[in-house]
Amino acid sequence: MQYINSIRQYGLFIVFGIICLLISLITPQFLTVSNWTIIVTQVSINALLAFGVTFVIITGGIDLSLGSIVAVTGVTSAMLAHPDTYPVLLPIFMGLLAGLLMGAFNGFIITKSKIAPFIVTLGTMTIGRGLALILSDGRPVSNLSDSFNYLGSGTVLGIPVLILIFILVFALCSIILNKTILGRYIYAVGGNEQAARASGINIDRVKLAVYSISGLLAGLAGILLASRINTGQPNAGAGFELDAIAAVVIGGTSTSGGRGSMAGTLIGVLLIGVINNGLDLLNVTSYYQQVVMGIIIIGAVVLDSLNQKSNS
Amino acid sequence: MSQAAEQIIHVNGLNKSFLGIKALDNIQFDLYPGEVHALMGENGAGKSTFMKILMGLMVPDSGTINFNGELIENMDVHTMLQKGISMIHQEILMVPELTVAQNIFLGREIKQGYWVNEQQINQRSQDLLNLIGLDLDVRTKAKNLSIAELQLIEIAKAISNHAKVIIMDEPTSALSDKESAMLFEIIKDLKSKGVAIIYISHKLEEIFQIADRITVLRDGKFIITKNTNELNKNSLISLMVGREIKNLFSADSRVPGEVILKVQGLAKKGKFSDINFEVHAREVLGIAGLMGAGRTEIARAIFGLDKTDSGEIILKGKKIEIRTPKDAIEIGIGYVSEDRKSLGFIPELSVIENISLSSLRNYSKGWFIQTKNETKASSQMAGDLKIKAASLKQKVINLSGGNQQKVVIAKVLLASPSLIILDEPTRGIDIGAKHEIYKLINQLANNGLAVIIISSELPEILGMSDRILVLSKGKQTAILTKQEATQEKIMHYAVH
Repeated sequence: MQYINSIRQYGLFIVFGIICLLISLITPQFLTVSNWTIIVTQVSINALLAFGVTFVIITGGIDLSLGSIVAVTGVTSAMLAHPDTYPVLLPIFMGLLAGLLMGAFNGFIITKSKIAPFIVTLGTMTIGRGLALILSDGRPVSNLSDSFNYLGSGTVLGIPVLILIFILVFALCSIILNKTILGRYIYAVGGNEQAARASGINIDRVKLAVYSISGLLAGLAGILLASRINTGQPNAGAGFELDAIAAVVIGGTSTSGGRGSMAGTLIGVLLIGVINNGLDLLNVTSYYQQVVMGIIIIGAVVLDSLNQKSNS
Repeated sequence: MSQAAEQIIHVNGLNKSFLGIKALDNIQFDLYPGEVHALMGENGAGKSTFMKILMGLMVPDSGTINFNGELIENMDVHTMLQKGISMIHQEILMVPELTVAQNIFLGREIKQGYWVNEQQINQRSQDLLNLIGLDLDVRTKAKNLSIAELQLIEIAKAISNHAKVIIMDEPTSALSDKESAMLFEIIKDLKSKGVAIIYISHKLEEIFQIADRITVLRDGKFIITKNTNELNKNSLISLMVGREIKNLFSADSRVPGEVILKVQGLAKKGKFSDINFEVHAREVLGIAGLMGAGRTEIARAIFGLDKTDSGEIILKGKKIEIRTPKDAIEIGIGYVSEDRKSLGFIPELSVIENISLSSLRNYSKGWFIQTKNETKASSQMAGDLKIKAASLKQKVINLSGGNQQKVVIAKVLLASPSLIILDEPTRGIDIGAKHEIYKLINQLANNGLAVIIISSELPEILGMSDRILVLSKGKQTAILTKQEATQEKIMHYAVH
């Protein structure tokens, strides 16, 4: 299975390489360290959401509440991050906890009620948006401590903290998916839920785990976003879930479950970043950028389905 | 069948290769109006490729097909359908939310202006059902029908298409004996109307019951066409596998050991009640009964897939509570489902990954899978069961039915059960693989396992079991020993 997946990913790598090459031929600024630092920083928030939701999508589920979780956790951590109040670890911890709980709530309702994940997370999306507005009284939460802001804009040895977190989370998620029992069970549940159950897998526990991970990473994304823009915005993150799902789909993960990879999602995320960046450098207005992005999403899935057909 | 009649289909020298491998090699085939012509061969013999060509779904590399003496130029779906070639598929394709009548006339609705004339569709459908002797309201939605009824409706649909040739692929695989008998009546009727039938089945008994002639394919090659009365079971099997299989069933006599499983007063409302039996180590217990007698339901309940209302399950003298398949596997019960596709394997995972799925914890340290140990254990089990795959890293979906079944059995065995329940273990797999699975079951029992085998095929139950539990309408009507059991006795208790 990994063998086949890697072939499929090479296809994606090649497309990615060609697009990079094309852009760099047109604009020489593209292939510079500073430009790539911008690209990776820009995509890092979306990347965290995409890595989390990759687990969910491989089980055959979906998580539409990510953007709202970003808002709730951003507001929560910002409210605790005013200067001279608590140590910086507290807003971080509470933000992560809020994300984890919202994800676990999704997982709990989905497993206990047997309602489709689409519906449940749609509900959580609305609940979360409301919660963020309630917590912040509808206003942006600003005046955050320097140590909190450091997360989103600081550097370690010249490398932005955001990028370091991005790399670390990718490594962790890859290990979970490829090397652990949970990872194997995630593929099994998505591939054939009934057979997975008959093989002795506790389906509910696997689902609870993936939605919790997804929520936790959305919480991390919320904290980092608040830190980066120096405010907890109750309206932050609207539509983020769709960008994340787009990256996962471009990366070759099947929305019907059972098939996909973290590396694919990584390429999906970077591809979106590179194309946006390239169009920026070429002075293409953002209106057109959206049209291009839509075409790429559909194109990626069409290519993938052709690929699947030729395999079988 | 009269040889004087004009051939309806004459196939000459058909060849078809995939990636340089010959799937069909110089196939000869004749079909006469009013004959039932059985097409036999193991999985991979080329039957489905041949049928796909006849249906126009695939174009041959070379060779000709004549229809009513006339050479067919364009072998496409449209032409074949127009000539009147219809196929009853193994898997039934109907829209569940539409009525029987709407399904029969799907795609060729009778119109009145812009509207569908439901009344006429219903009337004509009802006439069709009457014709084949199916007593059913055509306004019933397809989702409310049994597989048998759906299958018969497919036949009605073929007749309404003015089919001259009907291809039936494993039509009885989901039918009870009674329903199969009904199908055979309909086939006789079709014959008398001059319809030719190409019949594909792994069940030898029914081939000898209904086929006029038999054509055998092996490894893509045409082997022989003979009148049915010139063949017997053994000669047919050896033609199919190319070697002689003396004893299909190889049950040794053995002395049963201690009681492994004891079931007392097991009941589930509307499914089965008051079920009492024991299975010993070194013993095969067969469970026989008609469709709907509760065989699979009992197995599912023991394995924790369904809840029971009352009763006790005692494993090795200890009363146990099984709520989920996980519980069952952990205490040593294994289950190989009749429904391989939906309950057996994970299609996108590899052979290795499927085999280790129920015992992954044994090949892990903490949260991490130890791939080396996993591969070693799975590969060894795959070797023991002679699983044939290009690579053990191949996805299970790409294996043949027989090998998929072996993967499922391997998975169950790797979890080292003391009791294994096999539900229709040889359904839809070819005779060679069947033989191997029978040998395996026998070997497992000899090695001290308690085995329960559920099957609709009486020869299989009789051949494999040390004792036979017979069910009828959810109640147990007899437990027969190997010595006293006969087909007639089992049927007697099954219709009790």
